[in-house]
Amino acid sequence: MKKEKLDLEDYRKLLKQYLLTHDETALYQAEQLSKLSVQHNVSPEEIIHVHIEALKELYPNLQKEVSDSLNFLLEAMISYGLALQEYQSLREKQSALESEISVAANMQKTLLQTKKPTIKGLDIGAVSVPANQMNGDYYHFIEGADGTLGIALADVIGKGVPAALAMSMIKYSMDSFPEQLRQPAQILESLNRVVERNVDTSMFITMFYGLYNPVSQTFGFSSAGHEPGFFYFHETESFSEITARGLVLGATSDARYNEEIMTIAEGDAIILLTDGVTECHLGDRFIERDEVLEVIKHYLHLPAQEAVEKVYKHFERLQDFHLRDDFTLIILKKEN
Amino acid sequence: MEIKPCVNIRQEWDIVGARQLGREKAKELGFGTVDQARIATAISELARNIYLYAGTGKVYFETIDRLDKKGLKVVAVDEGPGIRDLSQVMQDGYSTSGGLGAGLPGVKRLMDTFEINTEWGEGTEIIAVKWVR
Ligand SMILES: Nc1ncnc2c1ncn2[C@@H]1O[C@H](COP(=O)(O)OP(=O)(O)OP(=O)(O)O)[C@@H](O)[C@H]1O
Ligand SMILES: [Mg+2]
Repeated sequence: MKKEKLDLEDYRKLLKQYLLTHDETALYQAEQLSKLSVQHNVSPEEIIHVHIEALKELYPNLQKEVSDSLNFLLEAMISYGLALQEYQSLREKQSALESEISVAANMQKTLLQTKKPTIKGLDIGAVSVPANQMNGDYYHFIEGADGTLGIALADVIGKGVPAALAMSMIKYSMDSFPEQLRQPAQILESLNRVVERNVDTSMFITMFYGLYNPVSQTFGFSSAGHEPGFFYFHETESFSEITARGLVLGATSDARYNEEIMTIAEGDAIILLTDGVTECHLGDRFIERDEVLEVIKHYLHLPAQEAVEKVYKHFERLQDFHLRDDFTLIILKKEN
Repeated sequence: MEIKPCVNIRQEWDIVGARQLGREKAKELGFGTVDQARIATAISELARNIYLYAGTGKVYFETIDRLDKKGLKVVAVDEGPGIRDLSQVMQDGYSTSGGLGAGLPGVKRLMDTFEINTEWGEGTEIIAVKWVR
């Protein structure tokens, strides 16, 4: 760190000007000098030292008690100088850390990339926004050779780097599963074993897995303790919760998962989300699931991608542009 | 061999004695007031640590008088418990006083060189030098 010597001559002139005229200009310049000193890491004791020297030059017969008392002040300022230096070094460390995390966040983005597939008769929209730089939510679309579409949605309770690391693990386990492994319950059971073996028990991962079959027009799904999503039935214009029971991933080594199957018709919609959506805070109040549903209902007539983005924007604004948790929302709309 | 000026640290009061002796040596060597204050503060931190964590120990001084430069060497030694996690202790913001900039990282900043030898269970020796500018 560079240290710039405080110019005694300038300081003396400034001080003299002030003592003679009580001029506000001199005080303004002193303020500038003070800022510059902080910038250049000049500690307060050095300024006091310069002050003492300048004063002695201006008043060679300075009263001894005055100069002694200024020396006393100088000693009393030492710790402030140290605190300033510590602050500077912590700031440098912080910015190094921040850039490290942003590199990691970019890496994560690349790792967890998923292509939104084009499936005939299905309009798909998805948003996933991390509260901090790294995302502890994760969604993935898997197209099968048989024309089915798998939809994985997971949420690590907690956020930031540890959550992101756990997510990367989930993604890579799924990538390593054989192509024939398509059934939601089986997939969750396999992932449960991976998580049970590799992730600390203090870390909870919830997951939803759905499988859309365009031929039978059905949606099969299983849930590992995941926040329930919603079905929208076009015919009755009503919503119902997508409920499936199952333990969070990694709780026991041999968790079993039920699989439910729904038939979906034209105009129906499937809404999947993480608790970052339903646990939006409004001041110190959680908003209710009903309120979330209201907002989703309001935008559901739009194309799926536009709808999820509108819903996200709504809650972002509601929370003053400060997400408390990672936010992921997927909408699948059945077309003809 | 020259007898090194030395202060035994047994009670809190001795910290003041160490500061005083250090300041006298610094003055003799021609350190300015700012550096005198810095040296005294560094000595305080070292002596306080001895008093707090090792119970007893000593601080001694050596004047370095070379052709090219003069300086004051401060050595703090004790046979206390030693410091287990040095790299952690030397990090900013670790000290128990919590981010007041003091502690061992502060000593390192106040002085020009800083060396620490410590063995868990055997004691600690800290050597710091300040050069006359
Ligand atoms: N001489 C020593 N013997 C044993 N342990 C020591 C000694 N000096 C320091 N330590 C250990 O290192 C830690 C850090 O010391 P340091 O002086 O940096 O901060 P602190 O004493 O905790 O707080 P501060 O000095 O800011 O009041 C101490 O908490 C103590 O555990
Ligand atoms: Mg200490």
